[in-house]
Amino acid sequence: MERKTITKWFWVWQFEQEEDWLNEMAAEGWLLESVGFCRYTFVRCEPGTYTVRTEMRPYDDQYVKFMEETGAEYVGRMMMWIYFRKKTEDGVFDLYSDIDSRISHLDRIGKVLLAIGGANLLIGLVNSFNPVARAGWVNLLCATLLMYGLGRIHGKKESLEKERALHE
Amino acid sequence: MPGIPALTESTYYILLSLHRPRHGYGIMQQTEELSGGRVRLAAGTLYGALNTLCDKGWIVLKTVDEDSRRKEYQLTDKGREILINEVKRLKELARNGEMVLGEEL
Repeated sequence: MERKTITKWFWVWQFEQEEDWLNEMAAEGWLLESVGFCRYTFVRCEPGTYTVRTEMRPYDDQYVKFMEETGAEYVGRMMMWIYFRKKTEDGVFDLYSDIDSRISHLDRIGKVLLAIGGANLLIGLVNSFNPVARAGWVNLLCATLLMYGLGRIHGKKESLEKERALHE
Repeated sequence: MPGIPALTESTYYILLSLHRPRHGYGIMQQTEELSGGRVRLAAGTLYGALNTLCDKGWIVLKTVDEDSRRKEYQLTDKGREILINEVKRLKELARNGEMVLGEEL
């Protein structure tokens, strides 16, 4: 089987773009086979025969089983991101079908960003006042970036909440 | 039944599908069939909703069948009562709509 591995970086708030890109690859005949850190391995497939979906979810064995029962295939996970694929002939494949569950997905992402961002801020501040440690600025930079990500996720959530005020 | 908030469309169809015990995929199929293909429950949404409904005691997990290893969900008496009240509420909504718009419909 013909395979190729692509190294590509997506910021956490770009998860929709990541998914779009994976589906463009599938439409061109490259099916996601495994994921690594910024690495995606594809295998040749019939163009347009698969839909790929990704979401952030803490490890949950029951969830993977549940998804497999609905006909989805588990591709793999990278940190807290999980990847599934499903044959297009088996019907439309989405992970979320209402606004509430999309919002709770964004909440999950937000919580993780807040936790890691907060930890980096704390370490960064402590190290800044510690004459021996010199790398405090790295943590502060990470914290800034993570907080920026949190802002982007929050923005997405707000627009969904506005929509929900009118309909489901 | 004042004070009981409206159910979301997902919750409504999940409870309605569980009129008879079903596993996850069965709920997805039944919902699509009942709504004539209009309402489609995505697996991630359904999974979260089933856990919430179990916590609330509106549905329960039935004893897992050893052979199939699939989990079946079942409506509880409380869940059935909530579903019946929701149908009454929806009837009232439809009745009022018809009363006001009458011939336009």
